[in-house]
Amino acid sequence: MSQAAVESPIAGIAPTPIPLREIAPWAVFAGVVLLALLYLVGMDQGATSVFSGEMLHEFVHDGRHLLGFPCH
Amino acid sequence: MVRSLLVRGMIAGLVAGLVAFVFARVFGEPALEGGIAYEDMVSAASGETGGPALVSRGVQSSIGLAVGYLIYGVAVGGILALVHATAQGRLGRLGVRGTAVVVALVGFTSAVLVPFLKYPANPPASSLDDTIGERTGLFVVMIVISVAGAVAATALCRRLADRLGWWNAVLSAAGGYVVLVGLAAFLLPAISETPRDFPAAVLYDFRLASLGGHVVLWTALTLVFATLADRATRPSALAGAVPTRAS
Ligand SMILES: [Zn+2]
Repeated sequence: MSQAAVESPIAGIAPTPIPLREIAPWAVFAGVVLLALLYLVGMDQGATSVFSGEMLHEFVHDGRHLLGFPCH
Repeated sequence: MVRSLLVRGMIAGLVAGLVAFVFARVFGEPALEGGIAYEDMVSAASGETGGPALVSRGVQSSIGLAVGYLIYGVAVGGILALVHATAQGRLGRLGVRGTAVVVALVGFTSAVLVPFLKYPANPPASSLDDTIGERTGLFVVMIVISVAGAVAATALCRRLADRLGWWNAVLSAAGGYVVLVGLAAFLLPAISETPRDFPAAVLYDFRLASLGGHVVLWTALTLVFATLADRATRPSALAGAVPTRAS
C-alpha cells in the first residue's frame, strides 16, 4: 500500500549541466593538486626528482610497484 | 556543486583506496616478496651486499603500501569527481549515477587498463635500473594518448548521437578509440627487460594482483561516488518534485 517513493524512472532525470565557467577554476586548481599527488606517489625520486633523496620513493615503494608505475 | 562533488569524490577515493590496499596486501604482497627474493638471490650470487635499508620491508609492505593506495585513491577520486561534474547533464539523458558509472568505466579503461596492456606492472628486480627514465616516459605517453583519445571519442560520440542514435554513436566512437590506441601501442617501443630466469609465476601473479587491485579500487570508487553524488544532487534538483514519502 505504501508507494515507497518512486525513485527516478529508468529514463532518469537528466541533471542540469554545471556551467563550464563554474567548473574551470576547480578543474585548474584541484586538478593540479590531485595530479601532483599522483606524481608524488607514482614517480618522484624515480625518473625525475622534486624532492631529493630516496625516502619518499622507499616509503611508498610497494604501492608504486603494485599500482603499475615504473620502478626497479 | 563542484566543491560538493569534489569532496565526495575524494571521500569515495579514500574508501576505495582502503579497500584496494587490503586486496593488495593479501594478494599483491606475496608476489612482490617473490620479486625481492629473486633480487636477494641474484645479489647474493654476485657477492653484493645491499646497503642498509632506508625503510624496512615491514614498513614498506604495511604503512607504506597503505599510504600509497590511500593517496592514489583520493587523487583518482577527486579527478573522477571533476570529470563527472563536467559530464553530468551532458551525456544524453543519463542520470547522476549513470553518469558516474560511465565516466568511471571510460576512466578505468583509458587511464589504467589500456596503458597496462602495453606497459604492464612489473615486480621488483624485473626491470633494468638504467631505463627508469625511458620506461616512465613511455608509460606517461601511453596514458596521455589513451586518455586524450577517450575524451575525443566521447566528444565525437555526443556529436554523432543526434544523427546516428546513441547505440551507433557509441559503437563508432569506441571503434575509433580502439583503432587509435591500437596504433599507438603498435608504434611505441616494447619494453622487454625481464631476466631470463625470473620466476614466471611471480611475474604472472604480480601482474594479476596489480590489475585486480585497480579493478577493486575503481569498482569501490564508482559505487561509493555514484551513491554520494546522487545524494548531493538530489535535494536541490528535485526540491518540491518528490512526493512525500510514506514511512
Ligand atoms: Zn622498486
